Amino acid sequence: MITYSLLQHYWWFLVSLLAGLLVFLLFVQGANSLIFVLGRNEAERALIVNSTGRKWEFTFTTLVTFGGAFFASFPLFYSTSFGGAYWLWILILFSFILQAVAYEFQSKPGNIAGRNGYRYALVLNGVMGPLLLGVAVSTLFEGANFVVEKGALAGEGLGPVISRWDNAWHGLEALANPWNIVAGLTILFLARTLGILYLINNISDNELRPRLQRRLRTEGIAFVVLFLTFAGRLLCKDGIACNPETEQMETCAYLYTHNLMAMPGIAALLLVGVALVLFGLGKSLFCSHYLRGIWPAGIGTVLTVLALLLTAGFNHTAYYPSTADVQSSLTLANSCSSEFTLRVMAVVSLFIPFVLAYIAYTWRIMNRQPLSHEELEQEEHKY
Amino acid sequence: MLQFQLIEASLVDWSRAQFALTACYHWLFVPLTLGLAVVMGVMETLYVIRKDDFWKRTAQFWMRLFGINFAIGVATGIILEFEFGTNWSNYSWLVGDIFGAPLAIEGIVAFFMESTFIAVMFFGWNKVGRRFHLASTWLTGIGATLSAWWILVANSWMQHPVGMVFNPETVRHEMVDFWAVAFQGVAVTKFFHTVMSGWMTGAVFAVGVSCWYLLQGRHKRMALASIRVACAVGLFATLAVIYTGDRSGIEIAKHQPMKLAAAEGLQQGGEGAAFSIVPGVEVPQLLSILATHDPKGYVPGINDLLNGYSHNGETHLSAAEKMERGRRAVEAFGRLRANLKDHPEQAAEARRQFDENVKYFGYGYIDHPEELVPNIPIVYWSFRVMVGAGMALLLVLVLVLWHERRGLLEQRRWLLHLGVWSILLVYAAGQAGWIVAEVGRQPWAIQDMLPVGTAVSQLETASVQTTFVLFAVLFTALLAAEVRIMCRAIKQGPEEKTE
Repeated sequence: MITYSLLQHYWWFLVSLLAGLLVFLLFVQGANSLIFVLGRNEAERALIVNSTGRKWEFTFTTLVTFGGAFFASFPLFYSTSFGGAYWLWILILFSFILQAVAYEFQSKPGNIAGRNGYRYALVLNGVMGPLLLGVAVSTLFEGANFVVEKGALAGEGLGPVISRWDNAWHGLEALANPWNIVAGLTILFLARTLGILYLINNISDNELRPRLQRRLRTEGIAFVVLFLTFAGRLLCKDGIACNPETEQMETCAYLYTHNLMAMPGIAALLLVGVALVLFGLGKSLFCSHYLRGIWPAGIGTVLTVLALLLTAGFNHTAYYPSTADVQSSLTLANSCSSEFTLRVMAVVSLFIPFVLAYIAYTWRIMNRQPLSHEELEQEEHKY
Repeated sequence: MLQFQLIEASLVDWSRAQFALTACYHWLFVPLTLGLAVVMGVMETLYVIRKDDFWKRTAQFWMRLFGINFAIGVATGIILEFEFGTNWSNYSWLVGDIFGAPLAIEGIVAFFMESTFIAVMFFGWNKVGRRFHLASTWLTGIGATLSAWWILVANSWMQHPVGMVFNPETVRHEMVDFWAVAFQGVAVTKFFHTVMSGWMTGAVFAVGVSCWYLLQGRHKRMALASIRVACAVGLFATLAVIYTGDRSGIEIAKHQPMKLAAAEGLQQGGEGAAFSIVPGVEVPQLLSILATHDPKGYVPGINDLLNGYSHNGETHLSAAEKMERGRRAVEAFGRLRANLKDHPEQAAEARRQFDENVKYFGYGYIDHPEELVPNIPIVYWSFRVMVGAGMALLLVLVLVLWHERRGLLEQRRWLLHLGVWSILLVYAAGQAGWIVAEVGRQPWAIQDMLPVGTAVSQLETASVQTTFVLFAVLFTALLAAEVRIMCRAIKQGPEEKTE
């Protein structure tokens, strides 16, 4: 029986899966943030940007689809967070505009800003994108400063706007919470780690590869330390959940730990995810012939993010807690679309396996050979 | 009486300006993507059928220009999607149940297709077979076109909302009929009108660039071949744009009479209304024909719509009456919410009054009847630019093709110059078309349902001003870079083996 509640959970699962795929695909940004660190000369930098340049559209499209799916399934989040944490989202978007254009423009004659101008835009997006997206995702655990008053449309309160931000910083205040910064840095260093793993797999170059493997150490260790800090905080922190009997929001100590214990399947998913990331990273660090670390680490990333977001949304948890008014906190049930829309969209979601299949197929045939200087020289379309 | 003092008029205006800025820039790049996709698709098909490398090089040349243009279209597109949330947060909640779905479908069905196969198209020449590559080129274009379908479904729904009911308990409009939203007549017309105008843009661009080569005496074979393909695509598209434009006129007359009246500057309507070519020059009865396909058809003017009118026994309420009914709906809605839990009888009574007046709910948020009139000079002149430029382009395409078929094109230098300048004309037509559609819809975000002042995010005006300037500077700089890169790439031209 497909109930309204099941549909809500299904759509939260899909949104979380898209978020997981997005974080994995941030390897493009991670690698780009290191263009000038890893590439000692133009030929090496060209290899790096051309390697990520064949995948950036996936990251971008996943970001857009994540936004669209979130909008369609949980519109109250869309209206509350995007309209409220205005500056945070605008900064993220700003960096992604620069990135989209920088690839195509960087090597073209007449591009005004010069090759390095666009490459620095890629670096900027490479740092800002993962960092700020991490901060934004972190507010799903740390909470944000908003009030939802549906009566506003009838002239109650300050109307007519239903979702109101309770400070004038409009999202920038999230940067003042150190735990948001920890989460942001975790995502940033994860993206850089994945970026290096991707380049190791995707570029065939005798000088670049050992340098990538050396760099993996610093980035990978920084990531592991940050992730453990983030995970420790998450397991200890309280959260807000809706009491199904009273339908009131309540603050619960150790909420996320309780959720993991109450939903052992998700806890297992989380453990498998983390193990895969550590395996991909560890084996790549200790075994210089091992080039496929991006796959276990990437799949592990998807599973880990998926499990964390399921922990944030399932079990009546407020996935967007309000620090201004606890009762305004968003749960799956109070922020989702109508049953009809979720049902229609569930039918549309049957396309997703088909989409994933053709992406996997084309990815395979396009990546049969790792990218080399020789191939780049013969290429008709290059960055 | 409702007084929402916290929403400043300037906040609404700046939010509108920011959205308009993004949309206008987006529409500088998207039509070329849609149009060039077809032009290069045809060329690569010719290459696969005839196995002549000339067509491969020609297709690759247009692909290079396609690539320069593509990324910036994508970049402005992502901003548009998120601006619904950042700047129109009330809108996002109030209609997200209907409006979000097409956006999500666009992502799942269309964008992934586009972004997967564009990579094969650009980087797969030496990695996949000829047929697979050809399929990828077409799938890139089909992906772009599918995405146009879904975003235009969303836009059409703003012009003519269907398939939903307002739920006072959740305080939003909820979808009840997906097929009505996804395949309503307005959406079908809008899709073909818009996509075909994109094909026109791609075709006129290719014709213009080729004319420039002929003026320079370079790449003659490629230029003439491109002109043949592009003129065929362009003429087909132009005729389709004219046909769907006519359909669109009928629909606007039916669903958005104020937009039509503003586009005509028609103060006082009536039967057998005349069409104004420019102020002072009129064609009798033509407006009635365009709006109703009947020379004696009734077309209401701005004053009729504001003061109310009767036609064929049907009474149309005045603006003041609609606003009054709207206020009753808003008031009943508030009472319904207040009594929902504890006083079922009062709630039922409020519900009844709400249902009686819900048709005019949006009017409850309008303060003065004058607000219901969009900016007449902008809509009036944009309409004339759109139609005038469209007709001129039809003429240019016919002339170019006719001379090309007779082998006279290279001698008609005036025509070649005209071909080059047509590029500006086709962009002017596209921009003007969207201005008619969107400025003409004002003050509504959703026609008759949600005015822009009630749709906006609660931000400080200064924040939106700042981001407006930020985006304006960034988009303009990127446009300048894009145009310069494009000009360089055109100057450099295709790599030709024999000339």
